[in-house]
Amino acid sequence: MSAKTVNQRAWWLVLPVVVLVGFNAVIPLMTVVNYSVQETFGNNRFFFEGVKWFSEVVHSGRFHDSLKRQLIFTAIILAIEIPLGVAIALAMPRKGFWASVCLVLMSMPLLIPWNVVGAMWNIFALPDIGLLGWTLNKLGLDYNYTRQPFAAWVTLIAMDVWHWTSLVALLAYAGLSAIPDAYYQAAKIDGASGWAVLRYVQLPKLKHVLTIAVLLRFMDSFMIYTEPVVLTGGGPGNATTLLSIDLVKVALGQFDLGPAAAMSLIYFLIILLLSWLFYRVMTLGEED
Amino acid sequence: MARIRLEKLRHSYVAAPARDADWALKDLDVQWDDGGAYALLGPSGCGKTTLLNIVSGLLRPTSGRVRFGDEDVTDRAPDQRNIAQVFQFPVVYDTMSVYDNLAFPLRNRGVPEAEVDPRVREIAALLDLDAMLAQRAAGLTADGKQKISLGRGLVRSDVNVIMFDEPLTVIDPHLKWRLRSKLKELHQRIGLTMIYVTHDQTEAMTFADQVVVMHEGAVVQIGSPVELFERPRHTFVGHFIGSPGMNILPCEVRDGVARFAGMAVPTANRAAGVASGARTEIGVRPEFVRFADQGIPVRVVRVADAGRHRIVETRHSDSVIRVLLGEHQAVPAHTAHLAFDPAFTQLYADGWLAGEAR
Amino acid sequence: MHRLKWLVPALYVAFLMLPIYWLLAMSFKTTNEILGGFTLWPQNFTLENYRKIFTDKTWYMGYVNSLTYVVMNTVLSITVALPAAYAFSRYRFLGDKHLFFWLLSNRMAPAAVFALPFFQLYSAIGLFDTHIAVALAHCLFNIPLAVWILEGFMSGVPKELDELAFIDGYPFWKFFLRIFLPAIAAGVGVAAFFCFMFSWVELLLAKTLTSVEAKPIAATMTRTASTSGYELGLLAAAGALTMVPGAFVIYFVRNYIAKGFSLGRV
Repeated sequence: MSAKTVNQRAWWLVLPVVVLVGFNAVIPLMTVVNYSVQETFGNNRFFFEGVKWFSEVVHSGRFHDSLKRQLIFTAIILAIEIPLGVAIALAMPRKGFWASVCLVLMSMPLLIPWNVVGAMWNIFALPDIGLLGWTLNKLGLDYNYTRQPFAAWVTLIAMDVWHWTSLVALLAYAGLSAIPDAYYQAAKIDGASGWAVLRYVQLPKLKHVLTIAVLLRFMDSFMIYTEPVVLTGGGPGNATTLLSIDLVKVALGQFDLGPAAAMSLIYFLIILLLSWLFYRVMTLGEED
Repeated sequence: MARIRLEKLRHSYVAAPARDADWALKDLDVQWDDGGAYALLGPSGCGKTTLLNIVSGLLRPTSGRVRFGDEDVTDRAPDQRNIAQVFQFPVVYDTMSVYDNLAFPLRNRGVPEAEVDPRVREIAALLDLDAMLAQRAAGLTADGKQKISLGRGLVRSDVNVIMFDEPLTVIDPHLKWRLRSKLKELHQRIGLTMIYVTHDQTEAMTFADQVVVMHEGAVVQIGSPVELFERPRHTFVGHFIGSPGMNILPCEVRDGVARFAGMAVPTANRAAGVASGARTEIGVRPEFVRFADQGIPVRVVRVADAGRHRIVETRHSDSVIRVLLGEHQAVPAHTAHLAFDPAFTQLYADGWLAGEAR
Repeated sequence: MHRLKWLVPALYVAFLMLPIYWLLAMSFKTTNEILGGFTLWPQNFTLENYRKIFTDKTWYMGYVNSLTYVVMNTVLSITVALPAAYAFSRYRFLGDKHLFFWLLSNRMAPAAVFALPFFQLYSAIGLFDTHIAVALAHCLFNIPLAVWILEGFMSGVPKELDELAFIDGYPFWKFFLRIFLPAIAAGVGVAAFFCFMFSWVELLLAKTLTSVEAKPIAATMTRTASTSGYELGLLAAAGALTMVPGAFVIYFVRNYIAKGFSLGRV
């Protein structure tokens, strides 16, 4: 593709976006930073404490544990949802009645408020009254996610895959639709097999869209809160206490906003760093 | 090597075509000889891409047959027809190098690596791509990518026909002529049949030996560029080709002679035999109209400067007649008389050249 | 092997529909039945949950309110995102790469972090408890998403196309509407759906910024968890109904997302 032209006036096109997003971002961020470096003993009096909270958080064993759990969770999620979503998009009909049916049905899980998702899976997976739990136990498996950490993890992951794979699939499907017919026609004339078309036409053209899907799923799964809280409450014990759940526990449990604010910022920085890494890796080799 | 024949080709994109307008291609019978350079010329929507895709096998015609030589290839897939196609937007495999792009069609057909290499290099040299063989195809400019597309067609030794679907559309204007000359040069060197679809008459006229002019799904005229220019069979051809197009003037026919503005206008074709009630018109190109002392009286309305010549717009009552003048010829001030060169003035009845079999 | 291709989406959809069936089943049961034991379908079929929602003003207004600010936000987000995405896709300008990444960074903090500051901010400018407040607040995460998605699709359209139209004398707005937008239709469709979806399900900010006038359905639903214990049947019915507007949206944009348009003739 030919190079982009340099044009500073393009800033005018971007200005509305900057204003709307910046308005919502900058001011609250300043507030959080403010809290993170102060200590209070009540009565709205704050004392500047510098990096005390940050250092406490970083050295806390509890923080390390929930961070570890979070990393494992996100890694599993990405490993399942990205390939699965792409595979579904590739297998779905390109157009027509069944394509519409697929699209509508696939988008249903995405539209349910997250607390309802958590609540419905909570009941769904219960061993005595839920469809899934009851069926699994009837089949001979000893399954109880409220008591068994492994079962809790499996249920949590199943719920997330159920909930969010469609996002990846929809993005990939739209990306595939945007590939001009000429590419498929040329491949036919070139005698390319189905695998060659996948490898040399479809997947390269999906790269942009996949980058977005990976980043989105990474960030959202790293920050996930409502669904696991409603499903397991972080349990049994601490088994499914992911990072954000831990953060809220800290925030509610303490008197000070300091530790929670500091933890929020560290949290944000971790996501920022990892996203940036993902982004760089996935856009390697792209000319400007 | 093959002669291409299209027999009674009709195509509709609609499942149950009812009206005339539902048919993208209406009853075509065309023959292309081996090794020629042909153009399919016509405005957007006239069916030329449909026709191209039927010849290449990307589309199955609703009815009719396609023959390459003696074989009926209507049911064959594109990769079994020994054709290559270059599309409107450059199609390259972004992740592969230029070399791998060119080698792709050969490798897919199981050609041994030892034969692939010399062939790829030969074609790359032909297309001036040899310096870029190791580069990633995605990094090339549009004309470079189109050359790769072309190269993928040339690299196969079994290709008989190369089809071009408006290939210069996204090329920079000042590079267009370079690529066009390259295509012409290639044709002369390799001698493959080339079919070139375009809506740009300059491209068609400079590239092709024979031009097929299409309009609304039907072939209007097939002929060399000179024939199309000097003797258009249909007013559409006269109007579409040439810049500016042919002057088309309503006339009446009396005693076997065409009459316009009360005067007899001698025409190259005979006016006898024109059905009564037909819409009769005179067609004459601005190149063949000149100012004279006697003739059709007109008012000079406007002069447009087109560089090496000028286009003078004149009017006689409601009719507009354009005259092409050289740089140094004088333009009359207000009123003048026009004379038409009889050898290049034609009479048309209902749009078609009078006296010709359709 | 290719014949069985349809099995993949079929199995996936079946997998998706199981919990949804369960949700629907729960919506027609009483909370007692749900918690009492396992029943595959409602033994005591009841429409009480739905009746409550359709007759209780706080419930159905919740849907109306949500729909209002979500539509506002979707339209706003897509409208401002289009020119910005075009700029990112076609031009290089000072700070463009950093700006692009900064946009995405706004999705990297949990909404909880913004809840209190947003509450203070929007109250300070007098927009508390309005639809526009929530619509604006959701711009924080929806606009970056829209810009990223649209830019991705726009980059798939060759830049030569823009120049071609320019040479042919097309005014820019005509080129944009008649040629460019159809070429990226899939991107617009999916971006619009995602903006709708993320705004629709966003709980915390919507709850924080509203109280009565613009109270969204999400807030009303969390109420069921607190007042009279956990009214599961009601929650299930409300949840089932939340799928309906979104289904319309995806149905509406389906032709843009599926192979309705492609880079056609110029």
